[in-house]
Amino acid sequence: MASPDDLTGENAPLYAARKGVYPKKVYGAFRRFKWAVMGITLAIYYGTPWIRWDRGPYAPDQAVLVDLANRRFYMFQIEIWPHEFYYVAGLLIMAGIGLFLVTSAVGRAWCGYACPQTVWTDLFQHVDRLVDGDRNAQMRLANGPWTLEKVSKRTVKYLIYLTIAFWTGGAWIMYFADAPTLTVNFWTGQAAPIAYGTVAVLTATTFVLGGFMREQVCIYMCPWPRIQTAMMDEKSLLVTYKEWRGEPRGSVKKAQAHPGAFGDCIDCNQCVAVCPTGIDIREGPQIGCITCALCIDACDDVMGQIGRPRGLIDYCTLDDAAVEKAGGIGKPVMKTLLRPRTLIYFCIWCAIGAAMLFSLGQRTRLDLAVQHERSPLYVQLSDGHIRNNYTLKLRNMETRPRRVAVTVDALAGAAVWTENGSRETATRRVEIALAPDSVTRVKLFVAAPGEGPARQDFTIATRGLDGDPRGDSDIIQFDRPEAGQ
Amino acid sequence: MADKKRIDEATGTSTVGHEWDGIEELDTPMPRWWLWTFYASIVWAAGYVVLYPAWPMLNSATQGMLGWTSRGALDREMEAQAARRAPIISAIAATALTDLPANPELMQAAVQGGAAAFRVHCVQCHGAGGAGVKKLYPSLTDDDWLWGGDLASIEYTIAHGIRNPDHKATRTSQMPAFGRDGILDAAQIADVVSHVRVISGQEKPSAAAARGNTLFQANCAVCHGATGAGDRAVGAPKLTDAVWLYGGDRDSLTATIVQPRNGVMPRWAHRIDPVTVKMLATYVYSLGGGEKAAPQVANNEGQGANGQP
Repeated sequence: MASPDDLTGENAPLYAARKGVYPKKVYGAFRRFKWAVMGITLAIYYGTPWIRWDRGPYAPDQAVLVDLANRRFYMFQIEIWPHEFYYVAGLLIMAGIGLFLVTSAVGRAWCGYACPQTVWTDLFQHVDRLVDGDRNAQMRLANGPWTLEKVSKRTVKYLIYLTIAFWTGGAWIMYFADAPTLTVNFWTGQAAPIAYGTVAVLTATTFVLGGFMREQVCIYMCPWPRIQTAMMDEKSLLVTYKEWRGEPRGSVKKAQAHPGAFGDCIDCNQCVAVCPTGIDIREGPQIGCITCALCIDACDDVMGQIGRPRGLIDYCTLDDAAVEKAGGIGKPVMKTLLRPRTLIYFCIWCAIGAAMLFSLGQRTRLDLAVQHERSPLYVQLSDGHIRNNYTLKLRNMETRPRRVAVTVDALAGAAVWTENGSRETATRRVEIALAPDSVTRVKLFVAAPGEGPARQDFTIATRGLDGDPRGDSDIIQFDRPEAGQ
Repeated sequence: MADKKRIDEATGTSTVGHEWDGIEELDTPMPRWWLWTFYASIVWAAGYVVLYPAWPMLNSATQGMLGWTSRGALDREMEAQAARRAPIISAIAATALTDLPANPELMQAAVQGGAAAFRVHCVQCHGAGGAGVKKLYPSLTDDDWLWGGDLASIEYTIAHGIRNPDHKATRTSQMPAFGRDGILDAAQIADVVSHVRVISGQEKPSAAAARGNTLFQANCAVCHGATGAGDRAVGAPKLTDAVWLYGGDRDSLTATIVQPRNGVMPRWAHRIDPVTVKMLATYVYSLGGGEKAAPQVANNEGQGANGQP
């Protein structure tokens, strides 16, 4: 096998000019699977912002919404506040471990099927075929002179590229505002400048990355292929050319003339022709291979035509390759997939997910944060009592107005009131109305007899008065003048 | 060093022509993108020098055709800020001070504006947060007021100040220097101090306090009241409570009676605009001691000295 990475040869130039890749149309099981994945991922990407989800009058009705302006993240019935951002961190960790799981089981399946770069490159390559024709026509056009036909075809093609790129950028911003409203505002010039800027940037990147850079992103820019090599082992599924079966290569005619002298590979180059990254899989596993398995489809098709068994190029682990090379039979796929490493990854992934779901179910939607006013620390009242001032931040995370009670405990003779109340009517408890889905700041005055320790901890607690009585409490200090002052 | 420019075989690039112990340097051309960026920045710089202040001269720099100055930019920012605040400011101006608490949003805006102004004009004496300074400047956060703690009284105090001799409408009163001017002798002052400490609950009744009571009724009650309840019309503090501006211990009380401070506060009406005075009043009112009742605000006639509320 050749070097898995032909970019590190001794005389390799620092920069290699891109060789055009004109993948040929291919039919087969993996191509159909790729169509399906493309359809699903694009539908999710373009469609999600348009799903509605009723949350009542005080919250947006968009199912998935990253409301940066109001600092809320909505995902179906889950609403996340900025201080709960660890849920998003948890999701990212799950995504990371999910990638570990997928990679250790089926190699670079992410790269081959689901990565946006792959999906959009695939989409743009279909546009190429639609406008320019299949592989040979594309190559003729690319190498030919700038005739009127070429100019017009290029114009049409780039316009389609731009349209797709624009819709890609346009769909992105829908996740950050109410989609129908934003669409209207966008076309009437009333959307925020950041919306237009984002669409412009994403249109440009989609146009360039999907239309022109394509496999170069995977080979030169993306760190993930390099990380993946560390995630894979001898039991990970790889797209493998079974050279022990294919070599030496020879045409059907030659094989008929010399039975037994040639392997199954007839050197028809179909595997190279269909490759979206333009590599030759027969050179062995390499960084350019995104394991999209289109070469498997192409080879199976050829093998079928010439009456040889399929699977000359096929998913195969390194271990199985050694076994098959020695004449044995590889392990069944399920055994390859279910092994301690993948199971451990899966368990960790499930555990994080379960823990997050559990804590989502347990979280209280009423939160209290108390700040002791430092200037002044205490106020001498004319009747000898001491008053301390506190700023309460009451977070009502439910999408309905609420009434809550704030009480003080463990402070003898205490009375509390807010700016709306007065000391004359103060008791140990105040009731406060909270606006839906918002933080209410309340200045709380707490008066207590002047006799007592200079510093004393006590409790300020809040609880709901309507429905859910769960609340929050905070231990905070009450200050009095030091003795002798 | 001889000039030996040659084409390097391995790279096909010319060398610079120098050679040190067999080491040569390639004359690799600048990347084109770098050069164009460089040229573009020269063009940009030329335009910048013409349009903006750039070239240092003896006393100042060239002015630039756009007339841009950082001071001007700040002025524009401040103007824009003022314009942004204008609606709320005019709304506060149009609302009577005593009606503000009934309008929570406007009140909140006024309190915040007042807090900002307080940090500029008032913290020097009254301290951040209005805590005052012990034995010097009164706390504005407690429930004890010399001149009244309702919104209108606070606004009047801010606008006209306290004991400004050059201002007719200022709040004023003068406690005589009983000790310095020989009105009371040292023993009498000690008796009065005992009486004041008895009515403020700091000492048990004594013979000295009883003698002091007689002196108090003769010398002090005219302002502080027969029971020591004080009189806000003349800024005479209540002597029966726990709040002492200049200290409630024997030494402090003696010092006050011998030579009172008669504290002074500047007036602000001619320094800051009426809306800011109004906002300051709401801020001080909101610090915790604000008094709801605003008696006799409508009728200024005959209220205390100089028609103060």
